[in-house]
Amino acid sequence: MFQITRIKDNGHEILQLSGDLTIYSAAEARHELETHLSQHPTLVLDLSEIDELDTSGVQVLLWLKREAAARVGALSLVRHSPAVVETFDLLHVTGIFGDPILIGPA
Amino acid sequence: MDLDQAKQTFIIEAHELLDAMEESLLAPESSEAVNAMFRAVHTIKGSAGLFGLDPIVRFAHTVESVMDRVRAGSLAFDPDLVNLILACHDHLAQQISELQEGDDAGSPETIAEGDALLARLLPYLETVPRPAAPPTTLVTHESHPHEEEDDQPCWHISIRFGPDILRQGMDPLSFLRYLQTLGSITHLTPLLDRLPAGPDFDPERCYLGLEIDLDTKVERQVIEDVFEFVREDSQIRIIPPRSKVEEYIQLIRELPEGDHYLGEILVKGKCLTPKDLEEALGTQRQEAFEDGTVQGRMLGTIVIQDQAVPPAVVAAALDKQKKAKEKTGHEVKVVKVQAEKLDRLVDLVGELVIAGATANTLAAQGTDSRVLEATAILGKLVEEIRDNALSLRMVQIGETFSRFRRIVRDVGQELGKPIELEIRGAETELDKSIVEKLSDPLMHVVRNSIDHGIESQEVRRARGKPATGSLSLNAFHESGSIVIEVADDGGGLNKQRILAKAVERGLVQDPSSLTDQDITNLIFEPGFSTADAVSNLSGRGVGMDVVKRNIDELRGTIEVETYEGAGTTLRFRLPLTLAIIDGFRVGVEDTFYVIPLDMVIECLDLGPFLESEQNHLINLRGEVLPFLRLREVFETRGAVPARERVVVVQFGELRAGIVVDRLMGEFQTVIKPLGELFRSVKGLGGSTILGSGEVALILDVPQLIQLAVTRKHALQPRLSTVS
Repeated sequence: MFQITRIKDNGHEILQLSGDLTIYSAAEARHELETHLSQHPTLVLDLSEIDELDTSGVQVLLWLKREAAARVGALSLVRHSPAVVETFDLLHVTGIFGDPILIGPA
Repeated sequence: MDLDQAKQTFIIEAHELLDAMEESLLAPESSEAVNAMFRAVHTIKGSAGLFGLDPIVRFAHTVESVMDRVRAGSLAFDPDLVNLILACHDHLAQQISELQEGDDAGSPETIAEGDALLARLLPYLETVPRPAAPPTTLVTHESHPHEEEDDQPCWHISIRFGPDILRQGMDPLSFLRYLQTLGSITHLTPLLDRLPAGPDFDPERCYLGLEIDLDTKVERQVIEDVFEFVREDSQIRIIPPRSKVEEYIQLIRELPEGDHYLGEILVKGKCLTPKDLEEALGTQRQEAFEDGTVQGRMLGTIVIQDQAVPPAVVAAALDKQKKAKEKTGHEVKVVKVQAEKLDRLVDLVGELVIAGATANTLAAQGTDSRVLEATAILGKLVEEIRDNALSLRMVQIGETFSRFRRIVRDVGQELGKPIELEIRGAETELDKSIVEKLSDPLMHVVRNSIDHGIESQEVRRARGKPATGSLSLNAFHESGSIVIEVADDGGGLNKQRILAKAVERGLVQDPSSLTDQDITNLIFEPGFSTADAVSNLSGRGVGMDVVKRNIDELRGTIEVETYEGAGTTLRFRLPLTLAIIDGFRVGVEDTFYVIPLDMVIECLDLGPFLESEQNHLINLRGEVLPFLRLREVFETRGAVPARERVVVVQFGELRAGIVVDRLMGEFQTVIKPLGELFRSVKGLGGSTILGSGEVALILDVPQLIQLAVTRKHALQPRLSTVS
């Protein structure tokens, strides 16, 4: 199950993505995220609740980042979950996104 | 989105690979066989890895490691190991079957069995595990010492994934995970330039490309196999370590990304030095400039002319590429189709045949010659389509036969009888649906032959036969049927014992009236078994009667030929196909019958042969031929016409005449089964619908011949007393 929840963090609005961002949910995710983007070209996505991320998920995130830039906004990814870190590492896309990844003490 | 399709393909291929592996295991002497086994296990492991089927990967990996040692010659392939690998083969087959049933994790029994087998494989493994592929570290990186990385030039893999692979259920991530098990990925650059902006982006489409440098000791084939499932749609280039500069340059040229961008990736991966890159790209630009053309010279020629590589090397490389291309071309020639689709097609063709016949009948009633001509052409085409559609379902029997190698070996071993299996006519083709239904009866007969037919080694020696028994499976075509023989050189059927048993069971009242053939046919009676000891293989009383029933259902027959002390041959005679036949239409009163055309020998007027009407025999050019009147067999009312006709039919070695009122010519027939009500009627094989919409009955010629022949037997004693 893929879900987007609005949460407040220190007064900033953050979208928390949870569940699986995979080929099964890619179309839905793209649609919903695009809706959010059209309201706020600057988006912060909290990835801490992502259980699974596959190539299509990475593509959606990257597309969103480029869309945000095209609308003179920005996309930042924060609190990458272990699944996200693993996928980013495998595909070597951390650099493409450019967001700092905090590696937990574990 | 059909995510399961790729997995289905994997399952089918795995089964095929396992079959090939089993075949090799049963003739493990040649190095080619060992290679084939290794490749089978290896490919299964690779594909399973792509689907994240860790239990299969783990198990296959260990088997593969053992096979690798055999292949390298550091391990002898003795019978013990062959048996163990056979057991491993069975386990893999079980794992795949469970996967097929939707159980990805595998049942507890299977897992326990796998662990037990792994424990048995352990002694065959090297003490030092192979460094290249640790099975359990699917995800973790292997850290290589840095200096080694510098010394070891890497394989360069350049891949642009096909747009649909995500939809097909494959994820580039799994390929990367799997590559990590083959070696270590020293550099990786993801290319996402193809990702479109704005509304053009399709989230289910794959835009990813990867440039990978892989440090590994595996062979090229192994790396290629990793991408087996995406090879068709994706653009893949694999460049071995220490390749010539132009291979990389060519890669740069061929790929859509900017030359310098890719060049830098290659330099980063230490495939090219910055100088190489600068020179090759620089020369190219210079040339273009001088020629005034944009194209310039081919990069390959540039490098050759610059004396970087001898032309022969380039030619060889090009040739190799061409061959690789041809190979893929060859593979595409086989298309896998689901059996259901094929059945549906054959069904439709059947309907087409009937509809065509209707059109033909209607056209013949009219006077328009153009319509007649058109339907004639149509009829010819329908016939061709029918033949082609049916040939699609034809498969070679060889695959079924070779399955028996294993059974013969196992059963023989269990009983302590060494047996050699000889297979002939493996390329003989017959309908797939028949092959499937044939496998059980064949199995039974083969087991019977080994268990009861072939004697123990001691008895064989005492009888002056070679200690190793011989069993042969043979298939060939004969007058519209396929004949399958199972022959052994064993003791043959003991007629006295069969007779005694039959009398004891009350199957025979008057033993003296039976011919030798009648006695041997007693083994097909329900509940008949002569085996003195019931082994766990056969001889439990459910036997030849089941075989006979199965063969009857296929509209086939069984013959037994046996020589006491010398062996037994069982001969199955089966129709080539179950669905459509060429028929010969005849009529009695107002009923139509169809005789399968393959069995028709000739047609005659009955008139001059009437001399022995009483005992139902005709004299056909000196040959005595029994005959029967369909009118009598089916108790048709009405007057016998002045001129009756005989259709001479043959089945196997038996011939008989069938007397009818009218001959009506050839006719394409779709066989429809008869209802339950008609099951007990002898002599009918099915029904069909004529072009006029009327129903015609298809005659069961073997049964009718049998009827004619037995009646002759029954009459003969009476005749002899009369004379």
